[in-house]
Amino acid sequence: MSLVRKLAIDRQDILGTVQGFLRSILTLEDIAVVLAPRRLAEKSVVMPALITQPDCLSDADPLAPAFFLNAAQMMSRLTRRPSGQKIAVVLRPCEIRAFIELVKFKQGALEDVLIIGLDCLGAYPNTVYRRFAAADPDGSTLRFFFAALSGVSETVEGMELASACRVCEHPFPEGADIAIGFMGISPLDYLLVQGQTPKADAYLAQVKLEPVAIPAGRGDAVASRVSSRVQARDAMISRTHEATGTPEKLAAYLTGCINCYNCRNACPICYCRECVFCTDVFDHEPFQYLQKAGRSGSLKLPADTVLYHLTRLVHMSTSCVGCGQCSNACPNDIPVMELFRATARYSQKAFEYEPGRSVAEPPPMSVFKEHEFADVVGLKGKT
Amino acid sequence: MAEFEPTIVAFVCNWCTYTAADLAGTSRLSYPKPVRLIRVMCTGMVDPQYILKALLEGADAVLVSGCHPGDCHYINGNFKARRRIRLLKEILSQFGFEPERLRLTWIGASDGIQFAEVMREMVSQVKAIGPCTASRLAA
Ligand code: SF4
Ligand code: SF4
Ligand code: FES
Repeated sequence: MSLVRKLAIDRQDILGTVQGFLRSILTLEDIAVVLAPRRLAEKSVVMPALITQPDCLSDADPLAPAFFLNAAQMMSRLTRRPSGQKIAVVLRPCEIRAFIELVKFKQGALEDVLIIGLDCLGAYPNTVYRRFAAADPDGSTLRFFFAALSGVSETVEGMELASACRVCEHPFPEGADIAIGFMGISPLDYLLVQGQTPKADAYLAQVKLEPVAIPAGRGDAVASRVSSRVQARDAMISRTHEATGTPEKLAAYLTGCINCYNCRNACPICYCRECVFCTDVFDHEPFQYLQKAGRSGSLKLPADTVLYHLTRLVHMSTSCVGCGQCSNACPNDIPVMELFRATARYSQKAFEYEPGRSVAEPPPMSVFKEHEFADVVGLKGKT
Repeated sequence: MAEFEPTIVAFVCNWCTYTAADLAGTSRLSYPKPVRLIRVMCTGMVDPQYILKALLEGADAVLVSGCHPGDCHYINGNFKARRRIRLLKEILSQFGFEPERLRLTWIGASDGIQFAEVMREMVSQVKAIGPCTASRLAA
């Protein structure tokens, strides 16, 4: 777990150099396919694509500030059962962590996968990205790259990054097999390629790259980015608690919710194959709505939005990776990422669990111990 | 104004607390009336959603009560329940639900007296904090 290599920048073309690296991975004997974000015919959209032809990698764009979906969901489809072939996949750090969670839920497997991660500068919400990329889709990625890399601000060209990215304290691909780094080094000269697992080293040994030492400034760059994000995160969490600290405030926060379940569909963690909210448990009798309206004098429809979100929190909050796809998907701009992350913070603390940290760490609701949480049992002052 | 009588929904395990409640009844131990017993086969089958729904649909507090450690008829349902209640308490507290609104107890089949006591204590605690407003949310 130690190979550190230098990926020299070819003709000042950083994106081209990354594509070249992916090409050298795809041409390795046992890698059948690369799953990577690809700029498609509609140029202001970048979506994960399964690429088998090395030529097609010239549209791969893992540096674009576009994050249309959490590709952990796609990785789950691709690895749920063995395909007999090996996949190299380029994922954002939050996608890697989500995928590790899905593997633990037995909805994916790491065996035939080589995960390549990059330092993450964040992304725009989908609607903002399309505006950002519209004028010059091909040049937009590097425009963003240099602006975001040099700036401390989380706003590039007057457009704000997704709220999830602004509070993300995991901008480095810790769980990747191969990590490509550019923060804290001079990315016009070279990118840092690090093997982080024995599997990665076996592949990296076959790619012709020069060894290099990790430059001195790297550690500081990593630490300072993480600490400013942690601050932003904690401020966001207290704001959100302030805004949702009573049942009434929570209901008000969710007033605009139309129960479309987009946030659930976009969430890589929502793992149930059949969602209880789509069963007839929630097919209420007409009289039940009227009864409920009578109780409070007025009932917002659709009903059950608070119950839906609380239930979802029970299911996903211990594993929420903070990717923000829920907010990205909400048609009514409810800041659901904030709500879910704020709750997740405490759910995860309660079980000392950090989603995506390790496949060996079982999800909290899948295990128990005989002697634990004694204070949960009994009434106040008694056990 | 009439005195507030809290509504308590109690999910009780068939093998232990349900029997204890029955015993409390047959031994004419008085416990507060506004307790709705829901008999389940094990606390391990109490989906957190049942609890949430109860609290959002008019319960002022919820009790989940099952077998003592080692006595669960399905070996470890009570331990699984304990984790789920731990998680629920964490989540509910963030939205201002008082800790008294959700309880987990282990009450064996012969503990009729204890059951009556727990119910009385719960009712008085919930009376002190007042009704749960979540069922009257306009959402
Ligand atoms: S709840 Fe939202 S932020 Fe958390 S994992 Fe799901 S989509 Fe991502
Ligand atoms: S995406 Fe938005 S509107 Fe749809 S269910 Fe989620 S919070 Fe409600
Ligand atoms: S059988 Fe009583 S708690 Fe499991």
